[in-house]
Amino acid sequence: MKANCWMGRNTVEVQEVPDPRILNPRDAIVRITSSAICGSDLHLYDGYIPTMKKGDVLGHEFMGEVVEVGPRVSTLRVGDRVVVPFPIACGDCLACAHGMYSVCENSNPNAGLAEKLMGHAPAGIFGYSHMLGGYPGGQAQYARVPYADFGPIKIEDDLPDEQVLFLSDIFPTGWMGAEMCDIKPGDVIAVWGAGPVGQFAVASAYLLGAERVICIDRFPYRLDIAARAGAETLDYEEVDVLDALRDLTAGRGPDACIDAVGMEAHYPVPAIQAYDRAKQATRMETDRPYALREAILACRNGGTVSVIGVYGGLVDKFPMGSFMNRSLTMKTGQCHVQRYLEPLLNKIREGAIDPSFVISHHLPLEEAPRGYEMFKNKENHCNKVVLRPWA
Amino acid sequence: MSEKNHRTHERLATTLGWASLGLGVAQLAAPGAISRLSGLDDSPWAGKAIRLVGIRELLHAAALLGTRRPAPMTWTRVAGDAMDLTMLGRAMANRDGPRRRRVAAASAAVAGITLADMYTAMRANRPMPGAGPEPITNLRASITVNRPRQEVYRFWRSLENLPRFMIHLESVETIGGGYSHWKVRGPAHKVIEWDAEIVEDREEQLIAWRSIEGATVRNSGWVRFTDAPGGRGTEVRVRIDYEAPAGKLGLAFARLLGEHPEQQVRDDLRRFKQVMETGEVTRSEGSPEGTRAQRQLFQRPAQPVR
Ligand SMILES: NC(=O)c1ccc[n+]([C@@H]2O[C@H](COP(=O)([O-])OP(=O)(O)OC[C@H]3O[C@@H](n4cnc5c(N)ncnc54)[C@H](O)[C@@H]3O)[C@@H](O)[C@H]2O)c1
Ligand SMILES: [Zn+2]
Ligand SMILES: [Zn+2]
Repeated sequence: MKANCWMGRNTVEVQEVPDPRILNPRDAIVRITSSAICGSDLHLYDGYIPTMKKGDVLGHEFMGEVVEVGPRVSTLRVGDRVVVPFPIACGDCLACAHGMYSVCENSNPNAGLAEKLMGHAPAGIFGYSHMLGGYPGGQAQYARVPYADFGPIKIEDDLPDEQVLFLSDIFPTGWMGAEMCDIKPGDVIAVWGAGPVGQFAVASAYLLGAERVICIDRFPYRLDIAARAGAETLDYEEVDVLDALRDLTAGRGPDACIDAVGMEAHYPVPAIQAYDRAKQATRMETDRPYALREAILACRNGGTVSVIGVYGGLVDKFPMGSFMNRSLTMKTGQCHVQRYLEPLLNKIREGAIDPSFVISHHLPLEEAPRGYEMFKNKENHCNKVVLRPWA
Repeated sequence: MSEKNHRTHERLATTLGWASLGLGVAQLAAPGAISRLSGLDDSPWAGKAIRLVGIRELLHAAALLGTRRPAPMTWTRVAGDAMDLTMLGRAMANRDGPRRRRVAAASAAVAGITLADMYTAMRANRPMPGAGPEPITNLRASITVNRPRQEVYRFWRSLENLPRFMIHLESVETIGGGYSHWKVRGPAHKVIEWDAEIVEDREEQLIAWRSIEGATVRNSGWVRFTDAPGGRGTEVRVRIDYEAPAGKLGLAFARLLGEHPEQQVRDDLRRFKQVMETGEVTRSEGSPEGTRAQRQLFQRPAQPVR
């Protein structure tokens, strides 16, 4: 089959690789109909997540049709149309029993590797480094889905791929980002990053009852999409974000701040950008946490900082004093996608939201390398790329 | 060496371990930047070499951070430092101007690190007071399994089940009267076998075994089952003692357990948990055999297995 492979920093290549086969009785094989490129893929592409290996198949946002099931899968049949959640979860461990699917205790066969870096190991994730399992991803024509009797959700309506594909990751991720803010009537929420994840966080915050949502980025075309989802927008190259937020909230600060940027944040002052880039390059810190620093400083006393942007290792100049003395709370996590599949599918069915609003490009799988480049450099108003493996 | 001094050296060794982790991750992820910083960016081989050095640093980190007495492991770092200095020395000979200055700075930094490594390693190699040779190795590991204690105990007590999660075991056969026959396949298809007896069996609490007189590899161990608090399942604790004999078989056995025997017992328990909770051993294409220390260092690419 054809698959998009990581071939080193800033290089992906569509290659011919073997078709996947069932390795375990609870596996299924899915013929992929749609597969997206995510901001997390950019962290891998840019070489900031350790333990990638040349030839690794990328991609963790995919859906398709079941073409084979293992002997212990009784909930799915050949021909079922499914969306596959990006964290691999067994459904049986204590973490899964508590709905913490992205820290499933069984799905990462390389847990020992992750423990060395993180103390304890998170779940396995499709196409997301060897530390997170060494699973091939879904930017391919087929994928093997472990614990297929537990994770994937069947789509029985005739909703098109574009509307349900993002249940695999970014819609639930944005939703969880807003949910972690514990939104109360009158709350003002600020969202750093107007990428697809930030855009879903904006939409979700409104669905969860926020009074106002403010979104921060520097790309007008992305801020426009966030504005269409209802956000007031700030261009951080035009205004001082802390001042502007203080102003917009009459001195209180936002009740909760969502970091939807992560470890590769950009900073408008070249000297500081250079400082963190140098430290990142020499691994004195692995992550550039500007958005996170700003989110902490901006948050009102006693408020919540919700971190859905991905971090890989260590950050520097973390404003712990501000965080502690002002009674802030931080909530984080790779999304526990399985938790949100049913309720969010229902929201789509009811017409409360149409997730396809984030899509800017459809490309055949062969053009994945161009898709990555465009998405990374924010060219051609690229917002979200959907790949078609059989086009 | 006093106990306090000893702890200081262990701490220094652990610090060196963290430094290795940082360097290793850097060299793997950004070989370009590292080679620029150390003045090696004009060589087409620099990237590859630095990546290799990065892997070495990660191995050091694993060795230093992953053992309770890391200081002796520091010798592996001293060897690595010597390698870096040689590489940099050779590089300096062929360069001039600012590049030569950068190579010189990198060499000075590495030389400093070498001193710290040597110091730690040499202090660590002085024998601890009263510490004689250690012929018996003991390993401990524990894990929490989200299943009732009775079920967990039963599964383990049927010794035939053990090879399902103990990767080196080929088979265990119960032969009655509390006796069993164990078979392990070592390197080069060498089969190591012994008989063992259960010396204590407390229903749902503890199983203890011991190899019987005359076994090639004298070993014993116990596994203990207790309720995890608040309905969190069962806590499983294992201890294994073995005495590897001299000679070829002993060597084969030692090689089988590899450099990180403790990690291997922990991996066995992880697979035990997987089998108990999910009914299967978790496999990825990078680790098709499932959790395994050796495989974690030498991953297949994450591509379908043919
Ligand atoms: N927690 C999860 O489960 C999960 C799931 C999916 C994605 N993510 C993460 O979410 C983040 C965003 O993903 P995406 O797909 O939207 O990526 P993206 O690259 O499309 O969007 C990131 C946006 O952040 C903006 N940005 C950069 N620096 C900024 C700054 N200092 N202040 C404000 N905005 C800034 C960029 O301009 C860009 O528009 C990534 O870190 C990704 O890894 C997390
Ligand atoms: Zn994603
Ligand atoms: Zn689980």
